[in-house]
Amino acid sequence: MQFFGGSEISPSPPVPTTAGNNAHMMYVFNRNGVCLLYREWNRPLHTLNPQQDHKLMFGLLFSLKSLTAKMDPISSDKGNLGVPQLPGQGCSFHSFRTNTYKLSFMETPSGIKIILVTNPRTGDLRESLKYIYNLYVEYVAKNPLYTPGTSIRCELFSTALDQYVRSIA
Amino acid sequence: MAAIYSLYIINKSGGLIFYKDYGSKGRMDTNDSLRVASLWHSMHAISQQLSPTLGCSGIELLEADTFDLHCFQSLTGTKFFVVCEPGTQHMEALLKVVYELYTDYVLKNPFYEMEMPIRCELFDINLTQAIQKDRVALLGR
Repeated sequence: MQFFGGSEISPSPPVPTTAGNNAHMMYVFNRNGVCLLYREWNRPLHTLNPQQDHKLMFGLLFSLKSLTAKMDPISSDKGNLGVPQLPGQGCSFHSFRTNTYKLSFMETPSGIKIILVTNPRTGDLRESLKYIYNLYVEYVAKNPLYTPGTSIRCELFSTALDQYVRSIA
Repeated sequence: MAAIYSLYIINKSGGLIFYKDYGSKGRMDTNDSLRVASLWHSMHAISQQLSPTLGCSGIELLEADTFDLHCFQSLTGTKFFVVCEPGTQHMEALLKVVYELYTDYVLKNPFYEMEMPIRCELFDINLTQAIQKDRVALLGR
């Protein structure tokens, strides 16, 4: 896994893949599975209470990652199924699609997981997630008042995020 | 060339009933393939729970770093999924063909017990052909 945006302060946002407002929700987890941020823009269906929902989402991503690491048809040494892996270790995944939504996923070298749920017809959002990570670094990680591991309450980050997600999705 | 790495069929309760490997490195042993299959069954179910809108029927395509996984679920809950190179086309069509072969050569076989592992020679033969035909079609373009 490569580091992105090492020296650039704010690279220009990637070109939008589709037009229209079709982002459903977004999650940010840290490496311990704590949900740092949850935002929803358009979510008519809630099957669980928020806490359970976040846990289920983290569990899904964790298990899918161990599944892809085990299934990887390229490498021959894959270890055992279900053994926790460090960020960037083993074969990961970047998105999955169902008939009602598409989930794009990115894990940074520090174990921050960014999840964006959009319309199923959305294109590749890898660059967009990197841009969102850059927003996180600029507005949250560099904020002296922010304690790592606590939920994100930075107004500037929220506005920048809302604005950007509206522009891409 | 776009290649297919492996094919799985799991029954409605998540048990692996068919697994064929077409040359992936570090081939999985029987226990691992069973575990992976039932793990996929659960992930498929959880993805339906997390849907932001009504009417979700589970993961259809999983894009990993080194492979794509296409999944097709029949009306009776049997899941067919194929692991292939990233960006391989026509996998939905291939899965439909596999489903058709399954109904013809497995379900119509009087000696086949439902939800049990598939051991039908005719199914194997026709499946091999279907997958090769698919490769040929891809090569021709």
